Amino acid sequence: MADNKKYWTGIEDLANTPVAQKLKENEFAAEVPSSTEFLGDKESLESSSTSRRDFLKYLGFSTAAATLAACESPVVESIPYVIKPDSVIPGLPNYYATSYFDGNDYASILVKTREGRPIKVEPNTDAKFNASTNARVQASVLDLYDSNRLKAPMAKGQETSWTSVLEEVKGELLKADGKEVVLLTSTIISPSTLALITKFGEQFTNFKHVTFDPYSFSGKLDVYEEIMGERAMPTYSFASTKLVVGIGSDFLTGVTGQSLEGAYASARKPGASMMRHIQVESNLSLTGSNADTRIKVGASDQFAALVYLYNKVTGSSLPVSSIKEGSLKSLDNVAKELIAAKGNSLVLVGGNDANAERIALALNMALENIGKSIDLNNRVYLRRGNDKELYSLIDRMNAGSVGAIITSGLNPVYQIAEAKGYAKGLAKVGVKVAFTDRMDESSKSMDYVLPVNHAYESWGDAVPASGVYALSQPTIKPLFDTRQFEEALMSWVGESGRYYDFVKSTYKNQYATLFGKGWNTVLHDGEASISSEVEAVELPEMDLQMAAAELAKIKGGKYQVAFYQKQGMGIGNQTNNPWLHEMPDPVSRVTWDNYITISAADALELGLTNEHQSDGALNGSRVNITANGATLENVPVLVQPGQAFGTIGLATGYGRTDVGKAGNGVGVNAFSLMNGQHFANVDIVKAEGVHEFASVQMGNTMMGRKIVNETNLDTFLNGSVNDWNETPMFHTYEGHKNSDETNLWDDFDHETGHMWNMAIDLNSCIGCGACVVACHLENNVPVVGKEEVRNFRDMHWLRIDRYYSSDTTEETEGYEGLGIIGEGVMDRFAAMELPSESPEVVFQPVMCQHCNHAPCETVCPVAATSHSAEGLNHMAYNRCIGTRYCANNCPYKVRRFNWFNYQANDDFANVNPAQDDFGRMVLNPDVTVRARGVMEKCSMCIQRIQLGKLEAKKAGKMLEDGAFTTACAQACGTGSITFGDVNNKKAKVTSAKKDPRAYRLLDEVGTQPSVFYQTKIRNK
Amino acid sequence: MHYESPIREPLILGDKSYHDITKDVARPVETAAPRSWWIALGISLVLFLWGVGCILYTIGTGIGVWGLNKTVGWAWDITNFVWWVGIGHAGTLISAVLLLFKQKWRMSINRSAEAMTIFSVIQAALFPGIHMGRIWLAYFVFPIPNQFGSLWVNFNSPLLWDVFAISTYFSVSVVFWYVGLIPDFAMIRDRAINPIKKHVYSVLSFGWGGKAKHWQRFEEVSLVLAGLATPLVLSVHTIVSMDFATSVIPGWHTTIFPPYFVAGAIFSGFAMVQTLLLIMRKLFKMEDYITMQHIEMMNIIIMVTGSIVGIAYITELFIAWYSGVEYEQYAFLNRATGPYAWAYWSMMTCNVFSPQFMWFKKLRTSLIFTFIISIVVNIGMWFERFVIIVTSLHRDYLPSSWSMFSPSFVDIGIFLGTIGFFFVLFLLYARTFPVIAQAELKTILKSSGENYKKLHGKDGHH
Repeated sequence: MADNKKYWTGIEDLANTPVAQKLKENEFAAEVPSSTEFLGDKESLESSSTSRRDFLKYLGFSTAAATLAACESPVVESIPYVIKPDSVIPGLPNYYATSYFDGNDYASILVKTREGRPIKVEPNTDAKFNASTNARVQASVLDLYDSNRLKAPMAKGQETSWTSVLEEVKGELLKADGKEVVLLTSTIISPSTLALITKFGEQFTNFKHVTFDPYSFSGKLDVYEEIMGERAMPTYSFASTKLVVGIGSDFLTGVTGQSLEGAYASARKPGASMMRHIQVESNLSLTGSNADTRIKVGASDQFAALVYLYNKVTGSSLPVSSIKEGSLKSLDNVAKELIAAKGNSLVLVGGNDANAERIALALNMALENIGKSIDLNNRVYLRRGNDKELYSLIDRMNAGSVGAIITSGLNPVYQIAEAKGYAKGLAKVGVKVAFTDRMDESSKSMDYVLPVNHAYESWGDAVPASGVYALSQPTIKPLFDTRQFEEALMSWVGESGRYYDFVKSTYKNQYATLFGKGWNTVLHDGEASISSEVEAVELPEMDLQMAAAELAKIKGGKYQVAFYQKQGMGIGNQTNNPWLHEMPDPVSRVTWDNYITISAADALELGLTNEHQSDGALNGSRVNITANGATLENVPVLVQPGQAFGTIGLATGYGRTDVGKAGNGVGVNAFSLMNGQHFANVDIVKAEGVHEFASVQMGNTMMGRKIVNETNLDTFLNGSVNDWNETPMFHTYEGHKNSDETNLWDDFDHETGHMWNMAIDLNSCIGCGACVVACHLENNVPVVGKEEVRNFRDMHWLRIDRYYSSDTTEETEGYEGLGIIGEGVMDRFAAMELPSESPEVVFQPVMCQHCNHAPCETVCPVAATSHSAEGLNHMAYNRCIGTRYCANNCPYKVRRFNWFNYQANDDFANVNPAQDDFGRMVLNPDVTVRARGVMEKCSMCIQRIQLGKLEAKKAGKMLEDGAFTTACAQACGTGSITFGDVNNKKAKVTSAKKDPRAYRLLDEVGTQPSVFYQTKIRNK
Repeated sequence: MHYESPIREPLILGDKSYHDITKDVARPVETAAPRSWWIALGISLVLFLWGVGCILYTIGTGIGVWGLNKTVGWAWDITNFVWWVGIGHAGTLISAVLLLFKQKWRMSINRSAEAMTIFSVIQAALFPGIHMGRIWLAYFVFPIPNQFGSLWVNFNSPLLWDVFAISTYFSVSVVFWYVGLIPDFAMIRDRAINPIKKHVYSVLSFGWGGKAKHWQRFEEVSLVLAGLATPLVLSVHTIVSMDFATSVIPGWHTTIFPPYFVAGAIFSGFAMVQTLLLIMRKLFKMEDYITMQHIEMMNIIIMVTGSIVGIAYITELFIAWYSGVEYEQYAFLNRATGPYAWAYWSMMTCNVFSPQFMWFKKLRTSLIFTFIISIVVNIGMWFERFVIIVTSLHRDYLPSSWSMFSPSFVDIGIFLGTIGFFFVLFLLYARTFPVIAQAELKTILKSSGENYKKLHGKDGHH
């Protein structure tokens, strides 16, 4: 049947007309001219205007044109994966739970990677111990991409291969075995590493492992070793603490290893049970800045104050040296308060003095705090250094009895004062091996310099505290020809396999049963914890009489220097990290520097000055200071309000000479003056010359304005809201109205969709600056270097303003509007500009306030900045022509202009990570790198908002509160930043907005910001 | 013919005929330039080239080469901009407003005053361009159709209003000026011997034939353009002042700004006219045309506008106190007593105090004194803009962001460069253009010329 069917192409075909038949015969309907016809026809050829020459011209032109068109701008190749790893989806981040310990800071973290590159560090909030990141941990990811890292092993100045160098070193070490073989390390908390070290040591007849903390806690650890049988610190808790007294202890910055800021902030939630904080100290520390009451005493008087308090509280009469200054009455009050808060208090003493620690323990014992706020059974292992062993080692080195030394995680030539003789002793050691990340001050004098992996390239395990086991895992393949210290040890002890297997077996053999979790679970979580397995200890009897007598012997000279760690630099492990240099010191607001802090009175006496130049930049005198027999020359002087008389402060971690392009020559080395203790007597001599500071803040007081709203606890609890948080009202023809009701325009709909708001709790913000660095990482904020910060052109999207309260306010002066024409008004304003000598300090994070009536938006001629329906103020960088009108018209001054091409201008080559092929890898691919001439500012991490919305959309559900947050809120260890959608009635930020403490910065300007603040409550 | 009372001072001195006026006006164009002109041109060119270098350096490297910072986003750039725009105002006022008010004395000075207007608006227009971070995208400020989607300029922004105001002002001024020049170019063309010169001037004079119809059209166009230009005298500086007045910055957010800026602009413009004409009158021997009476008139205007500006300054202070706004009060106290008090008191001295000397006839008819005051006023008016811009910005709401400003060599270089550029243009103008509107001036010779006035007096008839 099918064969009979006829298919026709058209009516013509069906009809089969002759024309159709003819057409069927020819393939081409029209005649094709034959070539002979075409070329042979002379006439037609001659009539054509196109000659052969023309043809060749056209051919040449089109070839050239095609060639030229092909060689446009150079193509930067992006090479696709040949075989794509399962876990990597381009455009989506992967997170790895790991732990970070650099010998000083410990944090349980998540490392965010994009396309295989670690680009951000975030706190591992599920972890139990130190689940918060400070500025240094946040910035650590840039250290990974530091192009000044050593890229291959070096043997006696020559580059070599790992196989040969390990063999060579082992041979040398075995040869040196007749004498002592020493391993000098920073504190090690890894059980696997310690096991390998033990094994390694067994190969030698005379092996010694010496541990050393550059910023020493050896004295304190000695006391705890006596009590607890191991070198560890107790953990501190604020859970039921009503009163904490810090005596020279900068505990909020985590100097003893334990992160306390989160617990501190929770204990200080405003309310009847708010914890009170008294700080007795000499430098104005970050901790002291947050205190409710701060008592200034000289550095050596801190211990006298401690003994005095002990005597007052217990009624005993231990010997106590006289305390300078009229602080006795204040101390009496402290004693009274301590007695009243018996059982609910905590006394923390700073410094590194065993006797002081004993008295402090006894005082806490007398106050019944042991077992409550001080837990001797849950211990912190992050500080284990032993100065006595170190000094004895140096002696043996100088005596020539050390045959070989291996250092790891340390830079002893920089970290140990020259007078101790380490460098001299080192010269007498036969074999010198350094495991280090760069050719630093110490490595230069070592025979073998073996580059180690960065923490984010390494495997590892850690027991940072009792009952806590943490793993670290690599997040990227080693960038350079580096190896872990442990891998070298394994090769030397003949352990086969990878270090990963060794760590895994350590866990399986020693910890798996204890923690009851599988390896993969722990690796995924980053940390496993159980309640402490340590045997409980009792506090033994201590000879307090002798301890106090020893303390009384410490005689402070006319001037003393108190050493401290800055939030940025710490002990100087990350001195080549430009983010940390650019982060202003929270208290002094100075960047790219260390300096001595001195009280105004002492500065006057010594003829030292701080002066602002015509461009506003700060210049300071210089001094030569001598302590413990060493002299530092040309140290800059910063007059610091709140500094105790007779004591100067000096931060560690600066003054490196061989750290790399960003950190070399910044500041002076405080370690060179240190002698194990955290303060010393000092001679100060004025030196020639002027130092140029790069300070980001010049106005130090609030000039009587309501910028940081602050009240005391009593007013907060008992007063009406209007007493302490008055809403500015506008007088209109329709009566009094608040700023929301006073509008020149019709408001947009703020009820539909999302409305992003941010709450900043000024009560819990301690000013640490972790958010500032986190913002830098997340948003590719350019680093501009010292000169440009000095020119007042820092690029921080988020800054933490620090104000000193001055004694003079408009209120205390009986300020009236009429006063402006009365006498002495300007004197009064001038007086208000000067912070008082014992100021109270407030911190206020300020970023773009995302005003709903934004002054910046109306003035931009090209509408490059405009408002979103979700309450955000957007910047279209591509549209910006850089008139800077928006920045001028911003009442909060949060807009930042790209004055130069920071990514390519040679002036920034040393400081801007984006100018370096390695440093560029840290850039967040989700955020544009801004061009020169463009305005930029906080976007409220718009990339995170978009991602969060998309994820929710994909999952087909409503966006949950807390599903994502901004980088600053995430990095905040005290939870003082809350971000969310106020149209979500259940969101945290919604309830924060209704809180009576909430207020908006410069509300009276009528900008209607999306950011609001919570009033600070001082418990006094 | 228009009759003028004999008690009025003559506007043209000496025994002048029409031909004398022609000769006097054409002389600078027809004779070789003296050595002093070449020296002045040389200095101006050097300054100009230095300014060009600084501008190129800025464009090549970034705005960071200026002294600005995150708090003070405008300083010398916008100060110079407002200063130059202000200077320009006198020309339009003289040529347009005084024309409408039939002030005959304008005729000997309007040409140069207008030239000054155009040349200073050129200087002014440079700054909004080069102060941009990305000048290569400056075309974004024009509402032109584009392929970026429905991307439009922001009509709320006073900077955009500036774009329109300045460009309109510039175009109208140029046309007005040029129309006035046509008969005078024709005069030079007719006298020219050198064929090239003759050709150039005949092109420039648009074939002017001096027919009655030409004159009629000339008068009509002049009147229409004067009508157009008059509102511009008020609008341009009003809009410039709105850059500040519509903002939220204490010290900027001030409703008095529009009239205050206009008065200040006329004030500084007349001072600049004085400076230029006093020199020109001397060098070109034009004492007969730019008489003491002209100078005195302008001095009176300077005195009046200076007083208006002074009242505005005091009103600002009063309103700051009266507002009860602490930021506002501080802003003004800070101006007067803060770190930039020296600038504030320079401004006060130069702008408010110094013009008061003009109450004395002896002083306002002294050439030296007038010259000094004209310079002082221009310095004062520059400081006024500096005070408004920098001292308001450097300490606004949050003391944490307070800063200071200090100019870099580039800031100074660009400013000097614009002065150089201005004088290059003005010096070239003085040697190639008829610097006095001779055709217009001739219309008043018989009514306001000294010799004719004397004749009237003698004859006792009109």
